Amino acid sequence: MTPTENPPGRFGPYGGRYVAETLMPALDELTAAYEAISRDEAFRRELDDLLEHYVGRPTPLYFAKNLSAEVGGRIWLKREDLCHTGAHKVNNTVGQVLLAKRMGKTRIIAETGAGQHGVATATACALLGLACEVYMGAEDVRRQAPNVARMKLLGAKVHAVTSGSATLKDAMNEAMRDWVTNVRNTYYCVGSVAGPHPYPTVVRDFQAVIGREAKAQILARTGKLPDAAVACVGGGSNAMGLFHEFVPHTEVKLFGVEAAGEGVETGRHAAPLNAGTVGVLHGSKSYLLQDDDGQIIEAHSVSAGLDYPGVGPEHAYLKDIGRATYGLVTDAQALGGFQQLCRTEGIIPALESSHAIAYLPEVVEQVGRDADIVVCLSGRGDKDLDNAREWLEKHGGSR
Amino acid sequence: MSRLSQAFEKARAEGRSALVIYLCAGDPSLELTPELVVAAAEAGADIIELGVPFSDPTADGLAIQRASERALARGTTLAGVLGAVRKIREKTDVPLVQFGYYNPILRYGEERLAKDAAAAGVDGLLVVDLPPEEAASLREPAIRAGLDFVPLVAPTSDDRRLALASEAATSFVYSVSMTGVTGSAGVDLADAGRRSVELSQKLGRPIALGFGIKTPEDVRAVAGKADGIVVGSAIVDTIASAPSPAEAVANVRSLVAALAAATKG
Repeated sequence: MTPTENPPGRFGPYGGRYVAETLMPALDELTAAYEAISRDEAFRRELDDLLEHYVGRPTPLYFAKNLSAEVGGRIWLKREDLCHTGAHKVNNTVGQVLLAKRMGKTRIIAETGAGQHGVATATACALLGLACEVYMGAEDVRRQAPNVARMKLLGAKVHAVTSGSATLKDAMNEAMRDWVTNVRNTYYCVGSVAGPHPYPTVVRDFQAVIGREAKAQILARTGKLPDAAVACVGGGSNAMGLFHEFVPHTEVKLFGVEAAGEGVETGRHAAPLNAGTVGVLHGSKSYLLQDDDGQIIEAHSVSAGLDYPGVGPEHAYLKDIGRATYGLVTDAQALGGFQQLCRTEGIIPALESSHAIAYLPEVVEQVGRDADIVVCLSGRGDKDLDNAREWLEKHGGSR
Repeated sequence: MSRLSQAFEKARAEGRSALVIYLCAGDPSLELTPELVVAAAEAGADIIELGVPFSDPTADGLAIQRASERALARGTTLAGVLGAVRKIREKTDVPLVQFGYYNPILRYGEERLAKDAAAAGVDGLLVVDLPPEEAASLREPAIRAGLDFVPLVAPTSDDRRLALASEAATSFVYSVSMTGVTGSAGVDLADAGRRSVELSQKLGRPIALGFGIKTPEDVRAVAGKADGIVVGSAIVDTIASAPSPAEAVANVRSLVAALAAATKG
């Protein structure tokens, strides 16, 4: 089965629209507007221009010689960390905020965990002149003070969410409550390939530039497609962005990497594809972390950007049909990957992306030491320096 | 005619709106829930919406969010709520709507829930995050089990969506009074009342109007216009503010009586 056989908004049994009636017309409106801009050359040109001159695309595909020597294979890093704002998130926010402006919306809301999507949304709103309000769990506001300061500098209003567990899922709940209240003038800029239809498609398509560029770049450098593509998966937007172009090329093996936190067996993890069950959260059906009564369980990861109990529905589908495989990397292994990339290549990766780096030995084992492996380096690690230092001090320094 | 439809008929025959009272099951405890339901029914509630708590209630304001958190902290489960329904049925035949979110139902099993809910004495299902397009897998077994299925309409629903709701309904339709979450302030009740009359005619179904209706004055403002009037957050608040279980029951009794007295307009 290929994804093209799915009805709109569905990835096999996953996806859909599980939201309050109040929001259903807004999702119809968004679907229609998105279809219209998808056929609109002027929109495409405006977005491409911003991606090139504002975001800094295309991002390099860097052959990591020293890392390759250590882990085997030929490792190519897709440098999304070099995007404006330091992560891939901005590819999506520039696209969505431009779309929102076309739709005549005057106010943008967003949820954020670590603050990267919040910063990227605030950035796009500053650029395009729209009001921006960001919902962030109170616990994350405390842990990610520099990103809160950035959002405020960029003109966004930041709401600290105290309900529930006061983290990303609760921020998303609160954003949905705002949206249901202000749906007529407000655009909800979702940060991952999650949420009700059409968001998983919209966000994937805006992020698909990652895989399109990577494919052209590796073809130009090696004359062939890569043997594998690897990315970390929280909600899963950088991974879907990288995978989308390669999905029809079945000779390219796709590897997503989930955060195993303190270890899947401890229950303190963020790995719904590996250790979750199927359910409905935040408007779509997918794998999620839940108890026997269908209550959502809090996720745990050293990386705030992966600390989410759900995952995008298309990943659930790619897993079920066997097109992608999803591995696990613990906090400790991720910190190892973090230090390894710093040491071998002089690149400080985000803790999210460090999960993908740490998984490479496993990928090499599966595809061989002669393989070309493209890894999405989704973000830079400056934001994580305090967290990483704290973690390493607490757990006894480098591995 | 189902027990829910009969409740609307009875209120209409008496020249008033039906009073629908929302309670969050398990708040303050599942042991007290049957007593609270009985008190509300005795004080004049025509229909009880029994909320099943969910960890991520995206359509609810602070009052019901906090009630859900308290209920979950006390270990309330969907199976436990059905147990409370069986206890309620030993004491009253007030029509009961199971009200909540989709995931606990999906986890329990849709077929199984439909059968177990009907067997326990539930009359209808209302799932706030399950629009008609996604509802078939629950609605069909529910109807087979003899339950009513209650869809929602909102101020943003266009004619196409109103028709979808009307087709999905087997008894009444829940009309959300404004764009917002439960317990919101500043609802334009005059406008919501006018809209209820229109909807009732257009859909050919009784309309229960809810969200942001809190006081007897609020009820009076829409009485005779909406076929049913839902009060939820105010009930949850009066339970939460009671210093003892006995006072929670007494508070519910007096608030429901005052609300019921206002349903004639």
